[in-house]
Amino acid sequence: MHEETVYEALVNADGEAGHWAFGTGFDDPLAGVDTTVPDGVDPADLGTYCLMLGDDALVLAQRLTQWITRAPELEEEVAIGNIALDLLGQARLLLARAGSAGVLGRSRERAGATIPDEDALAYFRDADEFRSTALVAAPDADFARAVVRLLAASAVRLAVFTRLRSSRDPVLAAIAAKGVHELAYHRDHAARWVLRLGDGTEESHRRARSAVDAVWPLLADLFTPTDVETRLAAAGVGVDPAGVRDEVRDVLGQVLGRATLPVPAWPAAAPPRGRLGQHGPELAELLGTLQGLARQHPAATW
Amino acid sequence: MSAPTLDRQPAGSPGEAALQEHFDATIAADRRIEPRDWMPEGYRKTLVRQVAQHAHSEIIGMQPEGDWLLAAPSLRRKAVLLAKVQDEAGHGLYLYSAAETLGADRADLTDKLIEGRQKYSSIFNYPTLSYADVGVIGWLVDGAAICNQVPLCRSSYGPYARAMIRVCKEESFHQRQGYELLMTMMGGTDEQRAMVQDAVDRWWWPSLMMFGPPDDESPNTAQSMAWGIKRHTNDELRQRFVDMTVPQARHLGVTLPDPDLAWDEAAGHWRFGAIDWDEFKRVIGGQGPMNAVRIARRRAARDDNAWVVEAASAYARKHEEVPA
Repeated sequence: MHEETVYEALVNADGEAGHWAFGTGFDDPLAGVDTTVPDGVDPADLGTYCLMLGDDALVLAQRLTQWITRAPELEEEVAIGNIALDLLGQARLLLARAGSAGVLGRSRERAGATIPDEDALAYFRDADEFRSTALVAAPDADFARAVVRLLAASAVRLAVFTRLRSSRDPVLAAIAAKGVHELAYHRDHAARWVLRLGDGTEESHRRARSAVDAVWPLLADLFTPTDVETRLAAAGVGVDPAGVRDEVRDVLGQVLGRATLPVPAWPAAAPPRGRLGQHGPELAELLGTLQGLARQHPAATW
Repeated sequence: MSAPTLDRQPAGSPGEAALQEHFDATIAADRRIEPRDWMPEGYRKTLVRQVAQHAHSEIIGMQPEGDWLLAAPSLRRKAVLLAKVQDEAGHGLYLYSAAETLGADRADLTDKLIEGRQKYSSIFNYPTLSYADVGVIGWLVDGAAICNQVPLCRSSYGPYARAMIRVCKEESFHQRQGYELLMTMMGGTDEQRAMVQDAVDRWWWPSLMMFGPPDDESPNTAQSMAWGIKRHTNDELRQRFVDMTVPQARHLGVTLPDPDLAWDEAAGHWRFGAIDWDEFKRVIGGQGPMNAVRIARRRAARDDNAWVVEAASAYARKHEEVPA
């Protein structure tokens, strides 16, 4: 490295604003992509479905980000950062896709004209307009809760994305094809921690067990399809979550078994409240932090 | 070219004299000292202190900007900031690893940080009050860090020098990202421009303090320069930073909060006003606005998760591959 060249580059750092950093040079993550909605598909259904998948990713990324500077080891700071970045990337693509399908609703009126669709949707919707599940919104009481939840959430998402790769919507299919590699790593990372905690010390076993007990009831509504999902599954665009339940149950059962953790009874199916915009107070609280600054400055450019 | 890798020799023995001679020749020839090479105890201690302090700064430095991760005002900014804070964790890892090649132990260094027996850069003891602080930290704090660190890519200690090459490349990226955020904000609303100016007002002087005390009050500089651990004095680097930054501030459209800032045509440098070294001493001494908060967070990460680390060790012991 030539010392002088580095200083030179710094002094001239104002010459090409916007081209330095991956992700800073463009505002529209779908720039250049054909976003035509496939024939016979209601754009509102497609947009709503993208919100479901995008909101799950955004909310889980936010929960994981709460661990940054608080993780057990520096290696884990890096790993959690990676996983949160992957999910944030998925959220950006899916929210942009939702925007291109025209489901912006009131968020577009609340956000200033300079704010891109992905941010209008992330920052200017209220909690009852979010389509995320209770599984991703639940706060982490400790690291065991964080990794058990990550295991469950990534197992479900990986099963859905694996099928979504053959979606008739080429944008969703492309997002899923990229996402499966990321999600396979997230699931593996979480599973390794569940093994270490379950089969580690007495205390870690107790905490892992209590985390499983806390997370399992949150699986109740994940596999009940909404009408939107049922219609999109029939049209070859979306995935019926009921169809991934057995696979997820097997995966989770295997990991818990190897982790010497008892597998709780599978919860009875519940209505998909989160997908319909019905949430507990923890989501509103999370969104308050996420959205506060952006909402204070709706005309600002960031 | 490697030095003899003999066991430590008793001080003053003929063996040590030969080793010292070889070490001195390596330094004089501007070659690198590697982990297995003999080195004087003072050199080792000075390096451990410097590298650990640097590693601690990376890790504590995750906090001021990290405080905005959850509230970043766009998804793009959130991703950029998260990647940056993650890079800092990575820098901490390389640097602790470099310290470990000198016989130090990461957990022990972390304990020393938490107990206040080792320091970190005083700059991270100031709060981040607005999102403009994220940009200003990138521009000024990372800019100052780069000025300090680029010469360290030629440090006489190999693992430290190599770690610094990667660190500097990433810091340079962060500096540009920070500046790009500020340029964007300056092109936004009046409120945003005011946020940027306010952040510059608060961070300018602490950034100048990042280069450490003036040369005549820097007790370790002479020896560190003789050993090739340091390459320029604190005042030289500080001047370099000011000269670099003044034109950038003008381009950005902000005023640096120093009425004495003036171009010295003869010297070819920007002259700047007196630094409040009493403030520097207060902050270094633990009396900065955020010292207690920063250390408390680091302590909590260690203590609250001690059971996780114990579990991982217990699991590794149980599942160790048994040799056939």
